[in-house]
Amino acid sequence: MDDLIKEYEGIIPGKLLEDIKRESKEQSLIKKQVKIVLDKVKEEYENAKIDPGEAIGIITAESFGEPSTQMVLRTFHFAGVAEVNVTLGLPRLIEIFDARKIPETPSMEIHLKSEYKNDPKQVRKIASLIKETKLEDISREFTVNLVKSSIEVSLDRELMRELSITPTLLVDSVQNSLKTVSVKYKDDDALVIKSKSPEGELSDIYRLKEKAKNAHVKGIKGVTQVVPVKTGNEYVIQTAGSNVREVMEIKEVDVENVLSNNIFETAEVLGIEAAKETIIREAVKVIENQGLDIDIRHIMFIADVMTATGNIKGITRAGITSEKESVLARASFETPIKHIINASIIGEVDSLNSVVENVMVNQAVPLGTGLPGLLAKMSAKLEKEDKKKK
Amino acid sequence: MSEDYVYKKIKSIIFSFMSPKNIKKMATAKIVTSELYDKEGYPVDGGLMDTRLGVIDPGFRCKICGGKLKECMGHFGYIELARPVIHINYVKKILDTLRCTCVTCGRILLDDEIAKKYREEIKEALAKETAELARLKVRKVIEMIKGIKKCPHCKEKQYSVKIEKPTTFTENDKRLSPIEVRARLERVPDEDIYLLGLVPEHARPEWMVLTILPIPPVTMRPSITLETGERSEDDLTHKLGDIVRINQRLFENINAGAPEIIIEDLWDLLQYHVTTYFDNDLAQVPPTRHRSGQPLKTLAERIKSKEGRFRHNLAGKRVNFSGRTVISPDPKIELEEVGVPLIVAMELTIPEKVNEWNIDWLKAFIKNGPHTYPGANYVITPDNKKKKITNETKEPILAELTPGYTVERHLLDGDISIFNRQPSLHRMSIMCHKVKVLPGKSFRLNPSVCTPYNADFDGDEMNIHIPQTEEARTEAEALMAVRSQFITPKSGYNIISAIQDSISGNYILTKESEYTKEEVAQLLISIGVEDLPTLKNRMNGKEIFSLLLPKDFSFIGTGKDGKSVVFRNGKLEEGIIDVNSIGVGTGDLLRNLHNYYGQEKAIEILNNIAKLGIAVLLKDGFSTGIADTDLPAETWQQVQDLLKKAEAKGFQLLDDFKNKEIEAFPGRTVQETVELRIMEALNKVRDQIGNLISDQIDETNHSIIMAKSGARGKILNVTMMSACVGQQALRGKRIEIGYRGRTLSLFKKGDLSPLARGFIARGYKQGLTPQEFFFGAMTGRDSLMDTALRTPKSGYLYRRLANALQDLKIEYDNTVRDANENIVQFKYGDDGIDVSRSHGGTINVKKIIKEVKGGIHG
Repeated sequence: MDDLIKEYEGIIPGKLLEDIKRESKEQSLIKKQVKIVLDKVKEEYENAKIDPGEAIGIITAESFGEPSTQMVLRTFHFAGVAEVNVTLGLPRLIEIFDARKIPETPSMEIHLKSEYKNDPKQVRKIASLIKETKLEDISREFTVNLVKSSIEVSLDRELMRELSITPTLLVDSVQNSLKTVSVKYKDDDALVIKSKSPEGELSDIYRLKEKAKNAHVKGIKGVTQVVPVKTGNEYVIQTAGSNVREVMEIKEVDVENVLSNNIFETAEVLGIEAAKETIIREAVKVIENQGLDIDIRHIMFIADVMTATGNIKGITRAGITSEKESVLARASFETPIKHIINASIIGEVDSLNSVVENVMVNQAVPLGTGLPGLLAKMSAKLEKEDKKKK
Repeated sequence: MSEDYVYKKIKSIIFSFMSPKNIKKMATAKIVTSELYDKEGYPVDGGLMDTRLGVIDPGFRCKICGGKLKECMGHFGYIELARPVIHINYVKKILDTLRCTCVTCGRILLDDEIAKKYREEIKEALAKETAELARLKVRKVIEMIKGIKKCPHCKEKQYSVKIEKPTTFTENDKRLSPIEVRARLERVPDEDIYLLGLVPEHARPEWMVLTILPIPPVTMRPSITLETGERSEDDLTHKLGDIVRINQRLFENINAGAPEIIIEDLWDLLQYHVTTYFDNDLAQVPPTRHRSGQPLKTLAERIKSKEGRFRHNLAGKRVNFSGRTVISPDPKIELEEVGVPLIVAMELTIPEKVNEWNIDWLKAFIKNGPHTYPGANYVITPDNKKKKITNETKEPILAELTPGYTVERHLLDGDISIFNRQPSLHRMSIMCHKVKVLPGKSFRLNPSVCTPYNADFDGDEMNIHIPQTEEARTEAEALMAVRSQFITPKSGYNIISAIQDSISGNYILTKESEYTKEEVAQLLISIGVEDLPTLKNRMNGKEIFSLLLPKDFSFIGTGKDGKSVVFRNGKLEEGIIDVNSIGVGTGDLLRNLHNYYGQEKAIEILNNIAKLGIAVLLKDGFSTGIADTDLPAETWQQVQDLLKKAEAKGFQLLDDFKNKEIEAFPGRTVQETVELRIMEALNKVRDQIGNLISDQIDETNHSIIMAKSGARGKILNVTMMSACVGQQALRGKRIEIGYRGRTLSLFKKGDLSPLARGFIARGYKQGLTPQEFFFGAMTGRDSLMDTALRTPKSGYLYRRLANALQDLKIEYDNTVRDANENIVQFKYGDDGIDVSRSHGGTINVKKIIKEVKGGIHG
């Protein structure tokens, strides 16, 4: 049976073959039937193949443009009741296609190694490791001592114990993140921070105080919220804030399943293909959340267009459109004057090989039925007649 | 076609500077006076309306080409500027060039070797790569030169050139006049300007400083004659008049040896006018205005923005042979037809070439003339003259009509048309229909094609286009026909389907109806099914429905209620027909018919199904009214109990919160948790009421039939009318109490109870209390705002997407490439499947296996 299916490799796409394999096993088909199924699928596949010349770009644009009018503008989504806020809906879709450097609500989905992922206690512990703790989070009060020009922080002992923060760790990390200060730990659960630089203005101390509040103590920078969520039979950690590189260094984390919604960060840490997958995953998320029905091929297509050069290009004036060869195509989108001026400086030639330029000069567009040229030559007889006339 | 057409194709367009030489070469007249017309009202020679520049008045002839109005396209003129001026759009490039070249020797401030290396790189990029890459390299060179203070060639010290916006260059706080600037730019050798991104044959740097200005032909700036006989000139003519006037004054002053300061002033003024002539919307430059205060529309404004030349006239064009009017529904019309009003059919025409076989047929049209249907409006003679058919010209035209003429006849039934509704968001927004000429004044269309057009009949208007050539008609029919758009390429599901009443009708029919033989015959004949099989004396709905299906059709689907819908050998054996079978998207039955019997048959069957549904409703009557929302006393009591319980639950949660007995959800505060749980409880109660109503209300209630068949509305809508509108959510939360601690002033401060936070416990039929009504208005307004803000946003997203992706196509080697032949995907979607030919994006292996097992195939 497997041999039979193997014969069709390269004729029928792999995914369909897998489907056939699985289904025919489930339905316990005999070999002869499988053969019929394979031939039938092959026939349907051949019929379903896309034609050369199809203006697939426009079809994809339409597939997004049409339903995007039905999307909701303001959605914050809380799947279940206990998830992190995530922008969804049209704003998120725009954000993805614009290729913004940082999303409005960066977040991660962290899967854990199999030995941890089923134990809620362990998961919670790991989650608390990931969450960034700032000095502000474990202190009761910040007081400015004007006489000594220092800042005294009274700490929450219990919270510290809960988060297993030792005084030495605290002093070190605060020292690290504030740099030019001296940090001392006093016995009565207080931290004294003093600027190393000679006595400055009063406002400097207040600035230092604000800085001290945000001093990094523990956890992973940028992760402001962690929520363990049960999905299926495993626990997954949802976060607000994204920092893939550092999360992947935690030993309990399943390195292959750290998913960030930050496209650029993913590209930087894991490469362009990962970024492409991120675009697909994030767009699918929006579409499913809105209850829309857009085929995955369209999403893959946009992701491929955005990443084809090896860099992430947004669907904007500065992104993909700026890469176009044709001056007129660029000019017809936005800032026409700029494009024409720049083209004239360098003596650019528009060879009219894409769509809008040909629309402009009333010529057939090189897509679909406008693509093939006529190969036949005028027959000799007609040519003679032509000459005779002249 | 026998005409000697010459087809020319534009192969490419080169963008470059206009050199003074070039301007003079293409000019036909030198403009020397700002006067436009003489006393008699004739254009002045050497003025801006000189007839050498083309003609805009009927009766005049162009002095250059002899063409009349519309024959002569116009010719350029020029003016000699008394002093050079800077071209505003090239200020940046001029600045770069000044900064990067030596003051004295004009060479680029780079060593020969480095210069050579970069020159080669830029030249190569220009020849082989895109212009964008060359620009990037140029930017690098300019960046590199930035701090160089000494010319490597002549060792001269360099000073930094600054710009005082908009057009003044300074060096060492000393002003560089355009003459000096031009002199410097002239000194730069050809080889060096490559490094600055200029290509000598197209763009010498000194051409960026204008010494001579081209005057566009008058045809491009026609004047308008007002009713009073007064002439109103175009904005450009005004602007050019200013330039010419100042230029003449400057000449005169220079010749008269006026003091330098006066000359400088005039020079600056000339610079200002030339600057605003190019662009009247610049920062730092006050725009030139009409006397009324409205800014002039000069060259840049003509090109720019949505109403500019590019987007308004070049990327989108006006067309002839089109019409627009209100649409209305007609379920009796064929799915692929469009009802065209008689007056439209007599205005739009189809050109028909006369030959010996159709000459008599076409003569009949001419005999009828333009005012009798079916007639003809024009004939075109073999030498391409258009002749209008009137009662007077009718006879001579009939007499001279021979093969080779073209007759523009009125529309007839069956002609090809293209029908469109804006916004044209997807390709199904413009489809090919067959014309059906009907009385009345609106376009008629079958309700089943409302979904692809997203049309309704509350005043929508649609456009019709009549293709004029055989190629266009063939292409429209083959590629845009309604039948070919049966499945949307968005998701691979059907978009053309039965809607609304057609669905309710089929639901009622297949649910339990039974008809006598006579009634069945009546029904079927009324929908146009004429070859009836032998009918039984009494037939149930399922049997009647089956009559529309092909005899060998087998398929198992699922109804909206989750039960199977079984077809075996063309018979509906089990299940009820509802949206899941014949509706949009999920239309499983239609989908399968399309698969087995092809587009044409699927459309035909759908047409019959839709008509049958409506015929059934027409027979027994179908309507909805207030009585549909009546609840039995017992149900009403249960509803009230449920509401009471839900409210109590809300209070309970609040009490628990006060007593700190609530545990927070992970990642949420206690307060948020309470809110979420109250919301949940209140939303749940409405669903419960919905279930109650759906179970207890009479099955024959028409509102319920509509909801259950999926024709229109949901049970929720019935619930909202008859029992309870439910919790009003604003931004995912209950209505906020705000800073004042309450939603409305009749509540106590801090009241968090359901009724005080937007829970509407009444149905629309009972009527809402004022506060409830207000809460409803709040959410209503929010959703209105959402729609109003969303439309432009999503429109822009769509425009960007379409613009970025428009030239991507499938190549003959099945790869996806852009216009530069760069590969984007090796195989479209990894498997090369066309979504509009797939079943929801894939090939349904399960179905095939099922069929093979059932012995349908093989």
